[in-house]
Amino acid sequence: MRDSLSMPLVQVEDLKMHFPIYTGVFRRHTGNVKAVDGVSFTIQAGETLGLVGESGCGKSTVGRAILRLYEPTAGRVVIGGDDIATLDAETLRKKRPAMQMVFQDPQASLNPRMTLSAIISEPMVEHTAMTAEERQARVFELMDAVGLNRRFANRYPHEFSGGQRQRIGIARALALNPKFIVCDEPIAALDVSIQAQVVNLLEDLQDKFGLTYLFISHDLSMVRHIADRVAVMYLGRIAELSPRDALYDRPLHPYAEALLSAVNEPDPNRARRERIILKGDVPSPANPPKGCAFCTRCPKVMEICRVTRPELAEVQPGRFVACHLYTPAAGSTGATEVPEHYQQGETT
Amino acid sequence: MLTYTLRRLLLAIPTLLLISLVIFLLVDLAPGSPASEIPLTVPPEVREKILESLSVNQPIFVRYLLWLKQFFWVEPLNGIDWLFGTNYAEGMQRIISYQTRSPVFPLIGERLPQTLTVIGTAYLVGVLIALPIGIYSAYRQYSLFDQFGTMFAMIGFSVPTFFTGTVFIIVFGVWLGWFPTKYDTTLEVTDWDSFVKQLRQMAMPVMVLGLANAAAISRYMRSSMLENMRQDYVRTARAKGMSERTVVLKHVLRNSMIPVVTIIALGIPSIFGGAIITENLFGVNGIGAALIGAIRGNDLPMVQTLAFIFAILIVTFNLIADVLYGLLDPRIRYD
Repeated sequence: MRDSLSMPLVQVEDLKMHFPIYTGVFRRHTGNVKAVDGVSFTIQAGETLGLVGESGCGKSTVGRAILRLYEPTAGRVVIGGDDIATLDAETLRKKRPAMQMVFQDPQASLNPRMTLSAIISEPMVEHTAMTAEERQARVFELMDAVGLNRRFANRYPHEFSGGQRQRIGIARALALNPKFIVCDEPIAALDVSIQAQVVNLLEDLQDKFGLTYLFISHDLSMVRHIADRVAVMYLGRIAELSPRDALYDRPLHPYAEALLSAVNEPDPNRARRERIILKGDVPSPANPPKGCAFCTRCPKVMEICRVTRPELAEVQPGRFVACHLYTPAAGSTGATEVPEHYQQGETT
Repeated sequence: MLTYTLRRLLLAIPTLLLISLVIFLLVDLAPGSPASEIPLTVPPEVREKILESLSVNQPIFVRYLLWLKQFFWVEPLNGIDWLFGTNYAEGMQRIISYQTRSPVFPLIGERLPQTLTVIGTAYLVGVLIALPIGIYSAYRQYSLFDQFGTMFAMIGFSVPTFFTGTVFIIVFGVWLGWFPTKYDTTLEVTDWDSFVKQLRQMAMPVMVLGLANAAAISRYMRSSMLENMRQDYVRTARAKGMSERTVVLKHVLRNSMIPVVTIIALGIPSIFGGAIITENLFGVNGIGAALIGAIRGNDLPMVQTLAFIFAILIVTFNLIADVLYGLLDPRIRYD
């Protein structure tokens, strides 16, 4: 039947998530916020895909749409062989244990009127036939796994610190042995010291349970730490999707280059990458530019960028870039020479 | 929680004493006194005797303290006597109504059942109508149902009960002839037929008041539901794969009920207060009607006592609402 080895666990094809805008007295449908506008990627089992980009670029929306916490406008999301985007409500619900999410805000994402043990065991009540004792044992097991003291089982979320709450969120996500977890900025609301703990915990759990992550973050150094491959998003589209080391060493897309130039180098002896400051603001996703989404701010913008939208294409083995600099049709410039030239040349 | 409740109860004592003083002075100093009810043809010495028999010729603070003593000591003792057949309160002066020359509390006791059955039922019906409307309106925000719910609430809010009551009387009482236009206080429920009769005569006042109550509560319920439906933990519940029913009824509703329960508890004193206009409109001989009668007749002890009972109820239910809040919301700790 299906070759599970070569087939990726998660396969996203041309995912679109448009939020309608209603205006006027009669609330007519006058446009769409194109939060996600044609995103495609795959994640192999056991892999961590980092998804980075600035605020409002649609990272979180991708995460939620993949798990169908939003109804995607178009596209296919195949997780473990089923197209999540088109499943009916009941089948989808049955499928939920296999795919979970760790939310950004650990305070708001836990029901304030439920105890820790109730929060973690609720999905077991719904999806398994476990007895109360088995569930309690499983809750303790999960609390051990994420490093929470068993004594806390009957406490309410507000009685925990931010880091502990995020551990509860992770334990909750793990409760039904999911294969795939979307981590939606799991560390954004935490202190730096706690961030490292939580990220290390996520890595340990990945090794232990063979999890597959989609790690959404705007923290580029954390993504570098945890991800195997990284997708850089800009205005609802993927600008570049490359293996981590290749991307961080030499980003191909001008936006990825600018974004990664913001990462601080902890070692003072190593030369700091020259900082690229982008001018202007991100265009409105309700009214994106006609051609390349980045053409309004790109330091290397060409004529074609304003007219034709570049497609995500494999320009080097394993590296996908959506940029006319690398499409042969765009001009005489070769794919490999251009970045070299620009890295030496003047950058704004 | 217990210490908090005890502290609040202790705090309620000075509050209520102050309220009692204000009520007493306000009613006593207002224009109109028992003396003005006595015809001018009555000779001055007889007039003096009448006032003395009502003990209104004493200084106001003496009368206030006497009333306090009667309210907090004599009347409870009388209550105990009445309940257990003892006679602790023998020979003590009770609070006497000027109108009927009989003790005030038994009069209130006579009126209370009418009010509680009619207004209490109306409140209950109002809550039972309001909650589902509020929940479903929020769940399907801006749907046709929600629009109708909003219209219903606006009507309930903005149209006064004397208007809806009159319309109901014309439509259901006169044109359709379904319900009697007047409430018969003397009706005793003994068998099925009299029970049906009681239900029919209660129907209109209950509908009128229920509409007004439901309007407000349904709006609270709706906005509370809407607020909670947008919360992240609701998304978490969906991501857990809980059924829509569990998501809405367990996660959203339970959290939304916290403020609504408080609002409902705070509204309960108004049941005892009666609905003066509605009671008058349908001839329900309840507390509201008693209060209006006492005000018209310059029956100061009756007005003071009723007003103070309402004050006690309001203070008590405020406390109950706060305690309920603490019980329902684990984030709130009173220590």
